[in-house]
Amino acid sequence: FRIKMSTGILPSRMNLQLFKIKAVSAKKGFDLLKKKADALKKAFRGILQKIVESKACIGEDYNEAMLGLAEATFAAGDFSRAVVDHVKKKTPVRLTVHSDNIAGVHLPIFTLRHEEDNSDDNSLLGLTGGGTAINKAREKFTKFLKVLVTVASLQTQFVTLDQVIKVTNRRVNALEFVLIPKIKFTIDYIDKELDEESREDFFRLKKVVEAKKQRQAEKYANNDNKGKQDNENAEEEVMVEEQDAFDDDDEDVFI
Amino acid sequence: FVKMASQVGKAFRIKGTLLMAVIADAATVTGMLLTGMGERNHKGQTNFFIVEKDTPTADIEAALEKMLDREDIGIILVGQSIAERIRPKIVEHEAVIPTILEIPSKDQPYDPEKDTVVTRAASILWGADTGMQKLKEIKEAKGVVKK
Repeated sequence: FRIKMSTGILPSRMNLQLFKIKAVSAKKGFDLLKKKADALKKAFRGILQKIVESKACIGEDYNEAMLGLAEATFAAGDFSRAVVDHVKKKTPVRLTVHSDNIAGVHLPIFTLRHEEDNSDDNSLLGLTGGGTAINKAREKFTKFLKVLVTVASLQTQFVTLDQVIKVTNRRVNALEFVLIPKIKFTIDYIDKELDEESREDFFRLKKVVEAKKQRQAEKYANNDNKGKQDNENAEEEVMVEEQDAFDDDDEDVFI
Repeated sequence: FVKMASQVGKAFRIKGTLLMAVIADAATVTGMLLTGMGERNHKGQTNFFIVEKDTPTADIEAALEKMLDREDIGIILVGQSIAERIRPKIVEHEAVIPTILEIPSKDQPYDPEKDTVVTRAASILWGADTGMQKLKEIKEAKGVVKK
């Protein structure tokens, strides 16, 4: 497919140097980005696999926990109201977020933290019976919670990687299909123009030399026929014409 | 809090700690609250929402919105049957943190074929059609299929 390339660049040798350097660094950038994209894709596949597997597993942990809850409810009666009412102002169960660095990309990871607990309202539960069952249910749900935090970390990594891979791929494609061909086209253009210029120069020089030779030849022919006076005139003419010749060339020779 | 598209993948620092939140049926929420993760802060905001059979979908969506607007929540657990009802809102959520995690419901065992993240993961891993096939297989292997 054809990209519309502007040729507004001055075709000079300096620019040719410049664009050759640009081509080299664009290629280097492209190679680096490709490596990054590959590394990210690898990490991504690993995470995808883990996500599908671990998500399928949380079903089991959940069922266990709900079973424990059912047993506790059987033993202590419906304590759901009590639990909701006793919700604290500030929960000790919190998450910290770290970042994991893969190929320059920072992925967020959650860690479950249980901060120091001054009051323990939950100890009021199950006083009338079933306290052990409630504690068991609490343990099972805590286990479930930990698994959930791991899965959630996988999810955040998944979402982040997904977006970063898309961006990186876009940049790789931009380099490969837009920037590098554009630079190449400019280099070819400058090259062609420089060639054309040197050919023009050479051609002009040839023409001038030919013209001079011709005039010289004509002068000698005239001298033989007309004599000395014409000689002087001829010399003047030659001198004037030489100057003219030089004038013409002035703008062409000094680029 | 929303992570802007240009920020994804760059270094970040989250000050302090984040909360977990849960939107699920009464039994599940009770169980989760047992672990002590529940909080009702001085503004009266809670990090849990109990969904009953007659709770209108709009209410559920509003609760999710409120949680998403808060800057201190890291993970939002949503029961899968509830997630089904507010699927558009969940798909629309693009930020990395908070992340919405689908969990089983009391009445409905976990179905990987409906989980947004898992279906995307499967379609990338194995391709659109084979992906769904594989998920079906995994579901059956775990004995989760309803008879």
